[in-house]
Amino acid sequence: MDHGVSLSPWGLALLQALLYAVLAPLLAGWVRKIKAWLQNRRGASPLQPYRDLYKLFAKEARMAHTASLVFRAAPYIVFAATWMAVSAVPLIAIGLPTGAIADVIVVAGLLALARFFLALAGMDVGTAFGGMGASREMFVSALAEPAMLMAIFTLAMIAHSTNLSSVADYQLLNESGLRPSYMFALAGLVLVAIAETGRIPVDNPSTHLELTMIHEAMILEYSGRHLALMEWAAQLKLLLYGALLVNVFLPWGITRGTDMSDLWLGLAAVVIKLALLGAALALSETVLAKMRLFRVPAFLNLALLLALLGLLSHVILEVGA
Amino acid sequence: MNLEQLPLLQQLMIVLAAVALFTSFVLLEQARLVAAIHAFAWQGVLVAMVTAVVATSGGLEHLFFSAGLTLGLKAVLIPWMLHRLVRRLELDRHSEPLRRPVLVVMAAVALVIFSYWLVLPMVQEGLMFTRNIVAVSLAVVLIGLLMMAVRQQAVAQVLGFMSMENGLFLAAVSATGGMPLVVELGVAFDVLVAMVLFGVFFFQIRESIDSLDVDRMNRLSERGEDL
Repeated sequence: MDHGVSLSPWGLALLQALLYAVLAPLLAGWVRKIKAWLQNRRGASPLQPYRDLYKLFAKEARMAHTASLVFRAAPYIVFAATWMAVSAVPLIAIGLPTGAIADVIVVAGLLALARFFLALAGMDVGTAFGGMGASREMFVSALAEPAMLMAIFTLAMIAHSTNLSSVADYQLLNESGLRPSYMFALAGLVLVAIAETGRIPVDNPSTHLELTMIHEAMILEYSGRHLALMEWAAQLKLLLYGALLVNVFLPWGITRGTDMSDLWLGLAAVVIKLALLGAALALSETVLAKMRLFRVPAFLNLALLLALLGLLSHVILEVGA
Repeated sequence: MNLEQLPLLQQLMIVLAAVALFTSFVLLEQARLVAAIHAFAWQGVLVAMVTAVVATSGGLEHLFFSAGLTLGLKAVLIPWMLHRLVRRLELDRHSEPLRRPVLVVMAAVALVIFSYWLVLPMVQEGLMFTRNIVAVSLAVVLIGLLMMAVRQQAVAQVLGFMSMENGLFLAAVSATGGMPLVVELGVAFDVLVAMVLFGVFFFQIRESIDSLDVDRMNRLSERGEDL
């Protein structure tokens, strides 16, 4: 990474994918740290997730006797699918080849693939909690996915492209001013992101309380490197939604070229935006209480409604303008 | 895409109208009466803001007066009166969720599309840009009507009625730059009188059927029989 040397597009795409993997635990640690501060605790260092991952990778991975091949393969598939999905979302630069290959529908599909194997792994061992977690995960995601796609279609209709780079590019190039559709789509996508990444009103990422956990219930049987991959994948997913929100809706500072100084600027901008987003997430997790599972449909209906209103207000108020 | 060409004030107007439509949905789905009254008050604030923005961008001075009137009446006075009524009727902890929330919300979305379809010929005439808001205000009217149909609670039905009036006002402001002042004053006075009458009715209804669930009025009963 010498100064003044400009990278090839594929090199930059690879660098960005690696950056995602490296930054993901930091975002999770940052959110935990802010949350601890808000609760008047000192909290662990933001680097703690790295230590946890290092520790888990060094440990032996134990398997249940009833575990099948699916259980063994699931962590690798989940991690790989999430990582592939993440690499199509612009982080520091747009117009990368990975972004050109995969549009946002592919991203949603890859995330669905990861979720499918996560749920299969939860059910594979045959414990009660795994099955319960899998069923809840599917329940939540079946409701979240339409809302997410609606919000994304709103963006796609505005930018005339389902490619995330083009959407961000459109935002950068056009002084679009105030758009009700963007506001509604953003609000809907924030709710979807909270549900999909298992944050507080829907799921509590830091609990092992049997009756309330969703994500944790599915990975209860994992240990060692498998658990590390699962947790890393969850952190990547949080970063994916964070990057999606900050870079598609507020793409300031993201670079279009491959110039080194622009890339540093893009990195600084995205780190600041994500740090602010993480702080906002920690704040909302502190003031909100987790809701009952059967309240979640109402929550996700609101997300769907917001996304639909975004679509409608685009058609009614903006196109005919 | 010619939204970018509009001046900022008109963009702001569009955003405010869209949020007013959203408050209509909030009102429709709200289970608690007090929260619904708050949503109604916010809708009043938004309608008043749209009026003020129309007045600023069009230089229509009499609209400032109607904006002030709307703010005072629909965002402060009527919500306050309703709030007081609800407290006196001891309904402030009453919660009545919709029976089929998803179906009702989807019906409301269908109404939005329907009103857009109705207004479409008007928009294609290529008149003022504010004609777009007519679709939104028509949707607010229809959602108010839907709210009166799906709610059993008399106070919630009154809120639906009042939000219909908000929609009509929004349509008048956005399509024609506001009604003459005399008409507006008359409508405002009518709404106020209606509110007072509704208040009297609430007590009457409750005295005769011991509830504000107006569905019970459909049932025939002998005098003195326990409902």
